[in-house]
Amino acid sequence: MTHVTPAGDAPALAVENLRKTYSSGVEALKGVSLTVQPGDFFALLGPNGAGKSTLIGILSSLVNPTSGDARVFGISVHADRGGVMRQIGLVPQEINFNQFETPFEICVNVAGFYGIPRAIAKGRAEKYLNELRLWDKAFQATRMMSGGMKRRLMIARAMMNEPRLLILDEPTAGVDIEIRRSMWHFITGINRAGTTVILTTHYLEEAEQLCRNIAIIDHGEIIEDTSMRKLLGTLDVQTLVLDVTGLDGSVPALAGVKLTRIDGQTLEAEMPGSHNLNSLFAALTEHGITVTSMRNKTNRLEELFVRLVERGNGQGGKGRVAA
Amino acid sequence: MNDLHATRTASLAVPATGSIARANLVALYTITRREVHRVLRIWTQTLVPPAITMTLYFVIFGKVIGSRVGTVDGIPYMPYIVPGLVMMSIINNCYSNITSSFFGSKFGHYVEEMLASPMPSWVVLTGYVAGAVLRGLLVGIIVLGIALFFTSLHVAHPFIALTTVILGATIFSLAGFINAMFAKRFDDIAIVPTFVLAPLTYLGGVFYSVNMLGSPWREVSLVNPILYMVNAFRFGILGVGDVPVWIAYVVMLAFVVVLGGFALWLLNRGVGLRS
Repeated sequence: MTHVTPAGDAPALAVENLRKTYSSGVEALKGVSLTVQPGDFFALLGPNGAGKSTLIGILSSLVNPTSGDARVFGISVHADRGGVMRQIGLVPQEINFNQFETPFEICVNVAGFYGIPRAIAKGRAEKYLNELRLWDKAFQATRMMSGGMKRRLMIARAMMNEPRLLILDEPTAGVDIEIRRSMWHFITGINRAGTTVILTTHYLEEAEQLCRNIAIIDHGEIIEDTSMRKLLGTLDVQTLVLDVTGLDGSVPALAGVKLTRIDGQTLEAEMPGSHNLNSLFAALTEHGITVTSMRNKTNRLEELFVRLVERGNGQGGKGRVAA
Repeated sequence: MNDLHATRTASLAVPATGSIARANLVALYTITRREVHRVLRIWTQTLVPPAITMTLYFVIFGKVIGSRVGTVDGIPYMPYIVPGLVMMSIINNCYSNITSSFFGSKFGHYVEEMLASPMPSWVVLTGYVAGAVLRGLLVGIIVLGIALFFTSLHVAHPFIALTTVILGATIFSLAGFINAMFAKRFDDIAIVPTFVLAPLTYLGGVFYSVNMLGSPWREVSLVNPILYMVNAFRFGILGVGDVPVWIAYVVMLAFVVVLGGFALWLLNRGVGLRS
């Protein structure tokens, strides 16, 4: 096997025209190309069956690509599988550890698979199980642990080789908000310390809050690959839900804003993204309506995501994303 | 997280051949240790059953029936069947250990921990085989210890006895690994032991000398690989056997090479593991 030197200035991930056709004939990836820069916090989003897990499977050597290549810090998965694996930590979508072993055993054994001596592995297991608030469960059988604990254990396990690229495939699926936030806190800290993070998730507010860059994959093709700020900037329509008082009569007609009455205390305001909110409040005040609170009707990224995917499915026509 | 930067910088360097070799040794030790730990953790399933089964064999075949059989090749029947029964336990336990452990890791998906690591395929294979061989040896020692309650033994050729046991255990560990690679259901790992392994073992000269068989059954028996293992081990323990020891070694080494090469090829291709 050839061992290739990881290039210091190479992208954390460079996927080149990657294709995967399963033996069933399903074409999961249709020539995907993608670049993730070192230190990035990158969102890879897509509906179920879009090809995210296949792409991650190829990167983590669990799926054989049909053609194309992927390089992790300049190392090709074809030329040096072991070299690539040394750079990667993987948190898979499904629970995949031996449920008869303890968290400590699992972490130490996985470190051993990376060639990390046992004494060092024990120290790291203690450190990461502590950071993920699992140390008090370290010596209990994992089958007794809750779903959230199992998810955190998979993150601790992925950290055992202290990877340069951490891939998280729906790490917070089915996890309550408190644990989800503690996981975000941990992952953000890891990213700040220099680890490149690739995240797939169906919680789009999670991606919006955490990630700097984003790619959306659908039907095995990348349909969007840009920065989070740029993508959110393309949303030219916003819908706000306004909690109001003084809504006694009919809904006033305002220029540039479509107001809809939801109930006696709630209005929905749909307007261009650039619309001045002060003028909206002023106009409502003129009609004797006071806004007591306000929120986005949907998460902004969620709205964009749905539009992009619907457009890809030919259900578009909304086409309000200036992609 | 403070040492992350240092670790990351260090990992930019190309791993030296020596450090990769050391990493592979650590990985090999880890798999072997985990396998042995598993055997000891579930000792009531892995170590006790062969002890009970073999005790029954010694009582029924050795004491009750053996007293009427007399001698075979000049050896009293009880000590005559000891090497065969030891080898039979080793073969069965190596096979069942590796099939249940490796298929279990596939079934529970934790085989992915190994597949997504830098470990080369040969380390995975060697680790699992080493774990199974160690269980086989442990069971072999237990069965031999039980045999000493029923008869006395003087090991005629210790080197031959030891190498035969290791080769036989390796062969059936490799065979079990291949079975587990192809298996999709738990039924698939039970079929071979029931319909292939058991008949071959019982017809492999455990309880009799093939010289007692007439033609063509004697010649047919010679295609059974277990016959060579049992007789080579019997030669190592008692100094008597039905086949020349060098032929037994050639057959066993050929099986190790062929099965080992096939198992490695399957692992490299990811048959039953990677899609």
